Amino acid sequence: MTGAAIIFKTLEEHGVDTIFGYPGGAVLPIYDELKNHKKIKHFLVRHEQGAGHAAEGYARSSGKPGIVLVTSGPGATNAVTALTDAYMDSIPIVCITGQVPTHLIGTDAFQECDTTGITRPCTKHNWLVKDVKDLSKIMHKAFEVAMTGRPGPVLVDIPKDVQSNKTKYISYKNKKQLSNKKNSLFTQKDIETTIEYFRKSSKPVIYSGGGVVNSGPEASKLLRELVRITGFPITSTLQGLGCYPGEDNQFIGMLGMHGTFEANNAMHDCDLLINIGARFDDRITGKIDEFSPKSKKIHIDVDPSSINKIVKVDLPIVGDVTNVLKSFIRTLKKEHPNFEKSNKEKISKWWGQINKWRDKRSVNFINSTKIIKPQHAVKRLYELTKKEDVLITTEVGQHQMWVAQHYKFNKPNQLMTSGGLGTMGYGLPAAVGAQVANPDKLVIDIAGEASVLMTMQEMSTAVQHKLPIKIFILNNEYMGMVRQWQELLHEKNYSESYTAALPDFVKLAEAYGCLGIRAKTPDELDQKIKEMIKFDGPVIFDCAVDKEENCFPMILSGKPHNQMLLGKQDEEEIPEEGKTLV
Amino acid sequence: MAISKSAYSVAGKSGKIEKHIIVVWVDNETGVLARVVGLFSGRGYNIDSLVVAEVDKKNNLSRITIVTSGTPRVIEQIKLQLKKLIPVHKVADFPKGKTLFRELALLKVVSSEQKRKKAIKICKRYNSLILDKTNKSFVVEVAALRKEIDKLINFLQPLGLASISRTGVVAMSKGFEVFGENK
Repeated sequence: MTGAAIIFKTLEEHGVDTIFGYPGGAVLPIYDELKNHKKIKHFLVRHEQGAGHAAEGYARSSGKPGIVLVTSGPGATNAVTALTDAYMDSIPIVCITGQVPTHLIGTDAFQECDTTGITRPCTKHNWLVKDVKDLSKIMHKAFEVAMTGRPGPVLVDIPKDVQSNKTKYISYKNKKQLSNKKNSLFTQKDIETTIEYFRKSSKPVIYSGGGVVNSGPEASKLLRELVRITGFPITSTLQGLGCYPGEDNQFIGMLGMHGTFEANNAMHDCDLLINIGARFDDRITGKIDEFSPKSKKIHIDVDPSSINKIVKVDLPIVGDVTNVLKSFIRTLKKEHPNFEKSNKEKISKWWGQINKWRDKRSVNFINSTKIIKPQHAVKRLYELTKKEDVLITTEVGQHQMWVAQHYKFNKPNQLMTSGGLGTMGYGLPAAVGAQVANPDKLVIDIAGEASVLMTMQEMSTAVQHKLPIKIFILNNEYMGMVRQWQELLHEKNYSESYTAALPDFVKLAEAYGCLGIRAKTPDELDQKIKEMIKFDGPVIFDCAVDKEENCFPMILSGKPHNQMLLGKQDEEEIPEEGKTLV
Repeated sequence: MAISKSAYSVAGKSGKIEKHIIVVWVDNETGVLARVVGLFSGRGYNIDSLVVAEVDKKNNLSRITIVTSGTPRVIEQIKLQLKKLIPVHKVADFPKGKTLFRELALLKVVSSEQKRKKAIKICKRYNSLILDKTNKSFVVEVAALRKEIDKLINFLQPLGLASISRTGVVAMSKGFEVFGENK
């Protein structure tokens, strides 16, 4: 069997039916073999970065690893942004790159680059396959590494001659489903200590993150059950949104730099902080020395190196969220069957305080009848799509935060956004991947006009493969978040943050062969959104919004969580020393 | 507090810097050293010295001894991050009191007979071995603690020390126990 055939055989053995890729000289033998594997569908992208983000969107919305196939040299380097993005947000990707023939490696051959060298810091592991005899083993290992523990991207670099050389295929030995059981290092005593903490606490808060999503759909169910039987308030990171229903009363909103007033104050004042699958990212903690100063901290994470990396915790629990939560709930139900009732009074004062913070309505904004406020647009989009089976992707910037604040997510994996790396241009190709994995769902990329132009070429991919993605652009003609920082921190010196000569997005949509819609006033917004949803095919929606709206609330630099800057409806002067962002 | 006009927080308090000897057992394969040193440079950790060689031909294992310094939190991260690398089998932090350390140096002295005689006399006070002799020079091998070798170098400097080659620190735990936690 040729190396190329072996590659497809391993893909089939690991249940792969979808590849995102772009052909080139060094992967031609693999592309030649594609015709013999009818079960595997290849989606041709327009740029290798798009293949990477599409694979991410596919992986997040399907729970399966995303497969990328690109050529050597520029093919590989173009995929680097997406690999780094996947590494930061723990998305399983198997990236196969072509390489120049082994005898040319190291000679600066045409389209040669040190792919494994370049991608070493942005993958969990990578391999250069020098001998076709190693190929099946390495491919199996690649899937294993990508999918176990904390998931992430891996890369297999395969020289062109290895793709055509012949050897025997070795099938995957470890037939058991890849599981995270062996990564659970906690004991029953840890569980009991946790429950002791639960019982003693009068101001608890649960802080959940992307680890709950990555642990699978069961983790979200267990999280909901835990929140119900403890009666504790719950906040979430950007990546964790949807694991707990956004409209539930026990959910106090997202936390962090642009999180809600109640979530951040609860984090600051709590006496027990239960971190479930989050990593104390700097967008969450702000100034470490003043982060949640009075609390005991429990940290559940599958990656031991996440624990005590940033915040020192009192009780680390290394394990997969599903396994840990199962043990919690089992023990809690057995030993304290009436926990919710007996605990209700103990934390009622705390809930009273949280509700007072909530009354500030910190994500509110002053609406307008003349101009579309971006927050209003997100809210209307939510109201008009909440009955549908909908998946949301975003780009990066103000619109991303407005989505987090105003779109209420009810399912894990419903939101796909670039959190760790903050990659502008993520949302459109991610929507392509999400639509491939979920042909019957409504997939919307809520975008900014600056971000979306970075990967706009993938509209052509959507049209070719008949993927009816909706690109909902909040167009303020600025790089909004950059403009906001410049307004607040750099004396309104809007250096290079205005995009002159933007394309006409409606005409652009038509040029790509899809539908373009434009909304300019609040009156026409609802009807145009409905038109977008109804259209069976890809749509670019150009929503002209207020150019100078800022994203509030916000935590400024050097400020702890209990000193947030609120919006115009709660105007305060910014003190000089706080004029920086966290 | 300094006002930083950045989107990132200002640095908080940091802990005391400690020196640690980290020993890592790895698969002896292409690129494994690059993975280890890349981890250190990428995350801004220090490497004071690094020694690596194959120690188990049958199982294809190499042993890397790294002398590093950092706050207790950084040292903890170094160990945990190293364990995440796929070719890493185990990682050990060798405690000072229970560990033997050695460094090897090869020193070449080129000088007059009188000076060389004096130099050889000094070398004899150390755990040394003359490897090569001519009528103008000699080469000596010394295995000792780093600071001992530093001392010898200071002595030899005025006596015609012409070239120095030295390794980093290698370490072995004392007693009968084989040190090292499993991955």
